[in-house]
Amino acid sequence: MASKAKKGQIMAVQPRKRGIGYYIQKDWQLYLMLLIPLVVVLVFKYAAYPGLRMAFMNYKPAKGYAGSEWVGFEIFQKIFKDKDFIRALRNSLIFNFVDLIVSFPVPIVLAILLNELRFPRFKKVSQTILYLPHFLSWVIVANVMYTMFKPDTGLVNNILVNNGIISEGIPFLTEKWHWAVSYTLINVWQTMGWGTIIYLAAITGINGELYEAANIDGANRWQKILHITWPGIKGTTVTLLIMNLGKVMGSNFERLDSFDNVQVREFQYQLAIYIYEKGLAGNNFSKATAVGLFQSLVGLILVLAADWFAKRLGEDGLI
Amino acid sequence: MAKKEKENQERVTGVNHIKISDIIIVAVIVLLCLTCILPFIHLAAKSISSTAAVSGKSVYLLPKGINFEAYSAIFKDGQLVYSMGYTVVLTAIFTILGMIVTTLAAYPLSKRYLKGRNIFSLIFMFTMYFGAGLIPEYLLMKSLNLLDTMWVLILPLMFSPYNMLIMKTFLQSSIPDSLEESAFLDGATHFQILWKIVLPLSKPIIATLSLFYAVGRWNAYADAKYYITTKSLQPIQYLLSNMVSNSSNDAMALSEGAQFVSTPEVLQAAMVMFATIPIICVYPFVQKYFVKGVMIGAVKG
Repeated sequence: MASKAKKGQIMAVQPRKRGIGYYIQKDWQLYLMLLIPLVVVLVFKYAAYPGLRMAFMNYKPAKGYAGSEWVGFEIFQKIFKDKDFIRALRNSLIFNFVDLIVSFPVPIVLAILLNELRFPRFKKVSQTILYLPHFLSWVIVANVMYTMFKPDTGLVNNILVNNGIISEGIPFLTEKWHWAVSYTLINVWQTMGWGTIIYLAAITGINGELYEAANIDGANRWQKILHITWPGIKGTTVTLLIMNLGKVMGSNFERLDSFDNVQVREFQYQLAIYIYEKGLAGNNFSKATAVGLFQSLVGLILVLAADWFAKRLGEDGLI
Repeated sequence: MAKKEKENQERVTGVNHIKISDIIIVAVIVLLCLTCILPFIHLAAKSISSTAAVSGKSVYLLPKGINFEAYSAIFKDGQLVYSMGYTVVLTAIFTILGMIVTTLAAYPLSKRYLKGRNIFSLIFMFTMYFGAGLIPEYLLMKSLNLLDTMWVLILPLMFSPYNMLIMKTFLQSSIPDSLEESAFLDGATHFQILWKIVLPLSKPIIATLSLFYAVGRWNAYADAKYYITTKSLQPIQYLLSNMVSNSSNDAMALSEGAQFVSTPEVLQAAMVMFATIPIICVYPFVQKYFVKGVMIGAVKG
């Protein structure tokens, strides 16, 4: 068997057009390996795409695809007049956007603080602790939070009431405006530690001589952060920000479902909940599919736009 | 390297006088760490406290009237214990299959000379950015006769394009081409090279991605809610979400026998602890692998 490197060299010197057969014969083992993941993806992901045609049909589960009639864009016209959908869309967009604004800067600040810590062992232990919430499921996070913040039995309210600071428990998670704030801050809590990793990696890449030179010039800590650390992580920040902008259309079913209760429906009702309730629970397959398709399409466009924009700015891009 | 130098530098120039800003930074970090630990200490304390102390709202961070009745109720009831065992098996199968499929995609795609590499990559990555959505996927699972089986929790999710990308990046950057070329000269096949050379050199990334898969499966429950109705096939997170889903109303769904033993609140705390303890025990040991994976993933993705 000839060396691959030699073949590559020959190709480079005199490029020759070869048939597909040649490559299959040469690399058949690699193609054979690819076959397995390919089948998995085709069977379990791509085979679902034809189901999207339900969004343009009046789909009746009993009749199947063949028996249901095509209705064009009628379903889409309907959902945009549907008050529930408008509410879900509004909530999704607002909450995702607020999430982005509030949650995004925290890991940056935290990474800078961690980097400024002088005691390596303390730094390591605190990092381990701060990453922990990332590894817990939303069910557990939600239960821990209910245990902390329930108006009648939650720890925080107990402490406040027992010490006479307030007379009645605050409904942190059981009144919609309080819930909106708690829901957002819990996300900050869950993501802040884990989010620092990327920034800490970027900070590690900064040339240590810059700090030494700054020390000699008598720069104080704040000046070093502002003129060395921050410029060093700015690129990472921009890339991540743009990537996250692409996600404002998404919605996390488990997160919403775990923090569900009757009093906060008004705000908790977001696209993932709409699709689940109208679709699986309510058997309105066409409507749920149409909303899902709308969500996926807008999401895809946002991601592509974000990628294009990142590349325009000279960043890596994501695709 | 640069960081080490910087730390040394700091040690030389400033260790003998600790500034106010140092104290503030340490204070902020300690505070944030406490928000991550205290809730679990409180929960643990609650779960082994007496019913009277909990309903008297006097349990903060230390247990009062220590007893383990809530835990023994959980074990007597058996449901959560069974579900824990089932979820361990489910997670193990999922992780092994996921790693096999991921490797079989990442290894060929890491070969720059492979014809059609970009098209294959596109086919794999596209599913990450454009999903078919809940209903089409549900109907697909139905037509594949997977509804209400364990496999519906394994097969659709076992290939993660994101993990594949991380592995591909690792293989491209960390395995020297020359190693494989010399094996080729000795007449080795790709399968032999993958098994005997590449995989042994990829242990760190295999550990990392296995953990990504395992934690993902362990924590997810939405797919169980969509696809599974048989109780014995539900993973522990879903069971937990069902049992405490009415937690704002203090309603419980664990069997009757358990309810008599302790108040819903103690029992609930014990259930959450029961499901959390495995993670907290394993977590400190595996954490460093995760960090590695995120670093590699950060290169692209």
